[in-house]
Amino acid sequence: METVLTSRDVFAETTIELLDTDPRVVVVLADISASMFDVAAARHPGRVVNVGIREQLLISTASGLAMTGLRPVVHTFGSFLVERPFEQIKLDLGHQDVGAVLVSYGGSYDMSGGGRTHQSPGDVALIDTLPGWTVHVPGHPDEADLLLRAAVRGDDRVYVRLSGQSNAQPVAGEGVRVVRPGRRGVVLAVGPMLDRVLAATAAMDVAVAYTSTVRPLDGNGLRSAVLAADRADVVVVEPYLAGTSAYLVNAALDDIPHRLRSVGVSREFELHMYGTPEDHDAAHGLDVPGIAGAIRSFMEGGD
Amino acid sequence: MTTTTVLGYARLPGLMARMTGDEKHAMAAASTVDVLWVLYDRVLNVRPDNVDDPDRDRFLLSKGHGPAAYYAVLAAKGFLDPGSLGGWRGRDSPLGGHPDRLLVPGVEISSGSLGHGLPIAIGVALGLGVRGRRSPRVFVLVGDGELDEGSNHEAIALAGRLGLERLNVVVVDNTSSTHGWPGGIAERFRVEGWATRTVGARDHDALYSAFTAPHPGRPAVVVARLEGEL
Repeated sequence: METVLTSRDVFAETTIELLDTDPRVVVVLADISASMFDVAAARHPGRVVNVGIREQLLISTASGLAMTGLRPVVHTFGSFLVERPFEQIKLDLGHQDVGAVLVSYGGSYDMSGGGRTHQSPGDVALIDTLPGWTVHVPGHPDEADLLLRAAVRGDDRVYVRLSGQSNAQPVAGEGVRVVRPGRRGVVLAVGPMLDRVLAATAAMDVAVAYTSTVRPLDGNGLRSAVLAADRADVVVVEPYLAGTSAYLVNAALDDIPHRLRSVGVSREFELHMYGTPEDHDAAHGLDVPGIAGAIRSFMEGGD
Repeated sequence: MTTTTVLGYARLPGLMARMTGDEKHAMAAASTVDVLWVLYDRVLNVRPDNVDDPDRDRFLLSKGHGPAAYYAVLAAKGFLDPGSLGGWRGRDSPLGGHPDRLLVPGVEISSGSLGHGLPIAIGVALGLGVRGRRSPRVFVLVGDGELDEGSNHEAIALAGRLGLERLNVVVVDNTSSTHGWPGGIAERFRVEGWATRTVGARDHDALYSAFTAPHPGRPAVVVARLEGEL
């Protein structure tokens, strides 16, 4: 039986290959996933830095490494990569104007059984308060591989948000792409949301568009998709806080009278619930019935 | 922006007065001025003409508060036009209440929020090693109050454990930490494996000697004390 690689496995494999081939690459870790890099660390002395359970230092170390011309790839769970050391991201990377590739794992609630401490549905919204960041939310491990390689080639600030939730197949191309045409409106699925959006809309005459890159958001691609439909009714389904990209969707459709419904992780409550990621999807309306209901009520509301 | 002017220590009060407007008290108020002067005058291999040289020494002012002494030393050493000091904190000035590395040549890091310089220096020191640069040293200036920030202690522990020999920290200690450091500041570094020295913050020869003493296989901290003066 073929082993299915998660995006976390792909992250380790791809990053190790980049360590082997690109002398600029250094990996900075805070214990999480460190064992996946043991062999590579022995092969590349000094180029895999595990700072221990010290997440402020994780980001600051990356800043200093970048100041010497290296390309740091920085990794831990999203809650500890973005939320805990947020001022270090703001100042030591942004304000110092140095680059790094931050790669989180865990999505919004992959570790739902672990509780709120290991959940980070606000990571993209937080990064989005800072200028100059590229944010990728790959929906399949193959997309993660390509996006990570492209990110490491650059010298800018990139956040790659990895999750155990995945679509069955990768989507080729860049920007906002229509993966299934339709007339009644446009549903934009971000990353791992695509398969469930396709399932939820199977019986609806709506276009389904996809993107794995949310910053910058491909406004032209979205606009083209909206102009091709009969109505400028747009639903955005994001795997993190609902409405995170709403202001950019509105900006892209600035001169088109339009309606927008934002679907994502609820901002209204904290669940205080364990269970599976699927349990949390259902609670936030991010399962197939929840998404279908949101789209249907929104589209009907426009009549 | 940069000039070749090199002015002596005696000119620092006048340079600082261009910013603070008070020559008489400027030096006394500047707890860091002697440390900065000794570093730039006698220790650091960094000049206006090598600020982009990968083999230069790195000086990271972590304690970005009260940067008048820093700007004055940079002006005296030719990194800044002394004429630019007068407009500091103004809209068109590159010199603000906390330094911005994008605006001032020779300023290695932007600082102001406390507890960032030493952790960044860990990365700089590691990166210089990865790049195969043998000669550059990394000096970081922090305040004793700044050590309250927990991020410093993440860095102190890791630097000690990694034996980052090229890393040097100077703590200017004017006993401003609200809750203090029982056992002394140097002890916090010593238990983590650092070489430690404690000297007077105004004693140029003692500072020079402490900054240049070898510390093979370990990072070094110099605690520069102002106790009793302020």
